[in-house]
Amino acid sequence: MRRLVSIGLLICVVVFSSAAETILIRNATVLTITKGTVENGSVLVQDGKIAAVGTNVSAPAGAMVVDGTGKYLMPGIIDCHSHTAVEGSVNEGSVSDSSMVNIADVLNPEDINIYRGLSGGLTVSNVLHGSANAIGGQTIVIKLRWGKDAKGLIFEGAKPGIKFALGENPKRQGYPGELFSAGPARERRYPGTRMGVEEVIRDSFTEAKNYQADWKEYNERVGRGEHPIPPEKDLRLEPLVEVLEGKRYVHAHCYRSDEILMLIRIADEMGFKIRTFQHVLEGYRVAKEIAEHGAGASTFSDWWAYKIEAYDATPYNAAMMARAGVVVSLNSDSDELQRHLNLECSKVMRYGGLNETEALSMVTINPAKQLGIDDKVGSIEVGKSGDLVLFDQHPLSNYSKVLKVWIDGQEYFDRDKDLANRKEFEQKKKTLMDKEKAAEKKPEEGKGEPKKGAGPGGKAGKKKEAAKPEEVQ
Amino acid sequence: MKHVYVLAVAALSAYAADLPTPIAIRDARVVTVSGAEIPKGAVLLRGGLIQDVGPNVSIPAGAWVIDGTGLTVYPGFIDALSTWGIPGAAEPAGGGRPAGAPGPAPVTPSPQTPPAQAQAPRSHGPEDRPQTYSFERAADLVSPTDRRLEAARAAGFTTAATFPNRGIFEGLGAMVNLAGERSRDMVIAEPIGQQIVFRTGGFFSGFPNSLMGNIAYVRQLYLDLDHYKQAHQIYDAHVSGTRRPEYDHDLEGLARSPRVLLPAMEAQQIDRILSFGPELKTPFIVYGLHEAYRRIDELKRANVPVLVSLKWPEKPKDQDPADVPNYRELEMWDRAPGVPGLLAKAQVKFGFYSDRVDTAPDLKKALKKAVDGGLSRADAIRALTLSVAEMYGLSDRLGSIDKGKIANLVVMKGDAFDDKTTVEYVFIDGVQFKPSKETQKGPEKKEGATTGPQKPERGIN
Repeated sequence: MRRLVSIGLLICVVVFSSAAETILIRNATVLTITKGTVENGSVLVQDGKIAAVGTNVSAPAGAMVVDGTGKYLMPGIIDCHSHTAVEGSVNEGSVSDSSMVNIADVLNPEDINIYRGLSGGLTVSNVLHGSANAIGGQTIVIKLRWGKDAKGLIFEGAKPGIKFALGENPKRQGYPGELFSAGPARERRYPGTRMGVEEVIRDSFTEAKNYQADWKEYNERVGRGEHPIPPEKDLRLEPLVEVLEGKRYVHAHCYRSDEILMLIRIADEMGFKIRTFQHVLEGYRVAKEIAEHGAGASTFSDWWAYKIEAYDATPYNAAMMARAGVVVSLNSDSDELQRHLNLECSKVMRYGGLNETEALSMVTINPAKQLGIDDKVGSIEVGKSGDLVLFDQHPLSNYSKVLKVWIDGQEYFDRDKDLANRKEFEQKKKTLMDKEKAAEKKPEEGKGEPKKGAGPGGKAGKKKEAAKPEEVQ
Repeated sequence: MKHVYVLAVAALSAYAADLPTPIAIRDARVVTVSGAEIPKGAVLLRGGLIQDVGPNVSIPAGAWVIDGTGLTVYPGFIDALSTWGIPGAAEPAGGGRPAGAPGPAPVTPSPQTPPAQAQAPRSHGPEDRPQTYSFERAADLVSPTDRRLEAARAAGFTTAATFPNRGIFEGLGAMVNLAGERSRDMVIAEPIGQQIVFRTGGFFSGFPNSLMGNIAYVRQLYLDLDHYKQAHQIYDAHVSGTRRPEYDHDLEGLARSPRVLLPAMEAQQIDRILSFGPELKTPFIVYGLHEAYRRIDELKRANVPVLVSLKWPEKPKDQDPADVPNYRELEMWDRAPGVPGLLAKAQVKFGFYSDRVDTAPDLKKALKKAVDGGLSRADAIRALTLSVAEMYGLSDRLGSIDKGKIANLVVMKGDAFDDKTTVEYVFIDGVQFKPSKETQKGPEKKEGATTGPQKPERGIN
């Protein structure tokens, strides 16, 4: 694993050297997703955007030409549920409403999983707060621009979101002490039941409405020439007001159908919309209601029964919801799974009988719709971003490999370059290790050196803390 | 205890004997820092101040004259972010400061929970003001009995920007001298700033326990401060008919901070802090910086003063030999000591901070590493003196050898940063200290008990 970390670092140097340029990928099988498949097709990317798609596209002078003969080109893969590239914990689990925290504040562009995602054709991720609390933190959509800084990752123009969670995770209260002896007893966190989760959400939105009204009243009084003291800005309530005003999407982690209906009722009562139900393993039971609410569903292809609330599930879920008119995507929720989301699509063909395009839509145009970015990404169409993946075989095949990945017309992954650079990189690393070893020998001369135990502040490049059992995302 | 007593008596007699008598160091090499180096000159100290300096200083009759032949006089070194002077702050009980302190160290939650925290009621949000000691004043906590002071002086340090040491909002720092008869003698200026440390507890500990929680919390408190100021302004202008705003102890602490110190060790942390800092609408200083070799241009553009930790990253002591460090770690061990040199070249204002390196040999070694890493000696001295005085707005009284400034000097035999160089004298407020050879060499490992009080006992508190 560490080897891959290192290689990624080297590649980022390579990537920087190739700025956005005019690229023509010619003679490939182009899976546009929205406009059918173009055999022997070519795609021209100019200024970061797709400029032409067809069988008869010629390369302008100076264009870089990539031969796609026998290969498959598809739009960059989009993951609607990710926790990659987060520094520190993905949960602020101390409180049941942690809407004041923002994933955008702790994006970590150094996370090697960005590069590994690229190597599987992933180009866009919806980076979410964890599911520890009924109302979690604010979320952000990123492009996997490996090598850029945190700001460079952010998907410009994508609406920010907020994470909600229902069921077992948010009703977890903390350690009651000796009973499970998982640590010292702590003051318990409210809520401890599913009805408590409902109450937390209703309560927070009631507060948010009062907050909204306080500001309205303040502005009116100022308008009348009075000198009121303004209400205090509350970072917890501001994003909820944005949800009420339609400026922020709600992505709700859920499993059970009764809770899905519960959240729809709260949303209707409070006057906001759920943008996506996440995981939503019992979605097949309430697909009609989800479709009527206008929400999307982002689920797993065939993963269930890892906890009580995830038992009543079926791999036909995605297909059944899709047939009922729900916009469905397949997500990873995992640094590992995000590297082969194309294969998750094959599973919904096996279970549910979707066709190739319907299946691949679930990791391209459908998540793009769910994130409100389908005018920019998610298919190969003129005017959309040059986010493209070149596979050596059909991406629904187990044997397919990603050869190249472009984002905004810029190359971010190249399999051959990666392989070619490994030797040079290993040499570079060895030089540093030898240097370190030599330095380590020296201090022995001055015996009695008290060596300090504590390491440096941040452990560079170290993987973020391993998910503890209670930190199910 | 006995040693402390002896020291105190020594210091007392020094004060009594020396203050009225002018002290002259003559025929010495004088590194003024503010101006050109004087190859052979004199410094005259009187009444705790530098009365004169130059190649030709007339030395009054009755002055105590030190022959400076072969000696170099520097301004006293300043630890730019410290806990020196606050007894017991060396290592808070239970490891309150997360391992490796300065950077946001969210990677591992601290293994032990400080007993005080375990008993504290759980925080339910920013309104509970968890981990906020913004009002605590280092000036009220310092004491000349802190046993680390002698070691610091033996490395040439006379002064420290010292901060209280608990919580996320650590409190109001003070610029203090590292000696004094009484606590109040030590304080040069206060408050000089507010230090912020990101602290991450366990999953089910109170708010905030994640890095993003820490950031949101700091942001909220500064928004609260904005509101507090605005509310008071409106109230003052319209007292009659306006309900009075509350008095807020925590926000008063923030309001009094002329600047805020924010942690950033790694490249992405530097980016984060450079964009977060301006949100607080208070001048800020960034501390940590070990991976700054990747962000020199950004730091230059931001025009923010920075402090480099002297606790250089290195291979963990008991690392499993099978555990191969990754490239980034290796690079950081290799390149971190090169950061000061790069900062100097880019003309970024920087200082050093001890970061719990607190024996004289360790301090010297750490400084030498920076010089070996490409920092010129002149730049190193400046970073230890005038630069720090400037960033805290105290260059009118500290940081260089100039007429009228506080008589804080270090006199060395040889050039600072040479292995064989020894600290001959340290002057603090014009009072002379002569560090013992043992202190300079550091604690003997085996016969610790007989070598004196130099080694601070850790974890006492």
